[in-house]
Amino acid sequence: MRRVSIQAEDFDVAAELAALEALGGGGVASFTGVVRGEGGLIALELEQYPAMTQAQVERIVEEAWGRWPLLGVSVIHRFGRLEPGARIVFVGTASRHRTAALESCAFLIDWLKSQAPFWKKEYFGDGATAWVEARAEDEARARGWGDVC
Amino acid sequence: MGLTVVYFAWVREGVGRDEEQVERPAAGATVADLIAMLAARGGGYAEALGDPARLRAAIDQHFVPLDTAIGNAREVAIFPPVTGG
Repeated sequence: MRRVSIQAEDFDVAAELAALEALGGGGVASFTGVVRGEGGLIALELEQYPAMTQAQVERIVEEAWGRWPLLGVSVIHRFGRLEPGARIVFVGTASRHRTAALESCAFLIDWLKSQAPFWKKEYFGDGATAWVEARAEDEARARGWGDVC
Repeated sequence: MGLTVVYFAWVREGVGRDEEQVERPAAGATVADLIAMLAARGGGYAEALGDPARLRAAIDQHFVPLDTAIGNAREVAIFPPVTGG
């Protein structure tokens, strides 16, 4: 099972996990990213490259599929305006091996951060706005998994 | 045939549009050449595109280094480093 969804709407983590558990592999790992409300932040706007996002995330999933013995991968990434506490991203992996499930989940979120065409703009309570800058640390983590796609 | 250039994030805000058609650059021209050509328009273009080290690009929806030749591509995207996840 390989599922990639780029969507504005929220998602149901329990339903996503249940679908991965139903594959019968015995091991499911997941990561959920949630908007932090730090420093007076009132919203995040996630911009994407609509013509590219779905295909690029599918390429990232394909890469994980080739590297680990997986039974299922589910990636959901939201776009649009999100408030603190809102879910942004979900990565779930299922495998017969816990190492494969855990490592591929970490790989997928690292590559989503530095290899998927999304940009975050922060909106603050005092009216200020700022584009989030890519962190060298995130790019280094992504490169740590080898050549990027 | 013209070339479609698309912009995202603060590059889009800086140039003041999300997409435009431009004259296809000379044969052998790279994304960096296109960026320099656009920055030479001045104003918001110069501000957003004046420092290529801050920019990333895609050709026909695939990420590429800025020294990649545009060739017969239909669409070039110019944007800051991505910040998804």
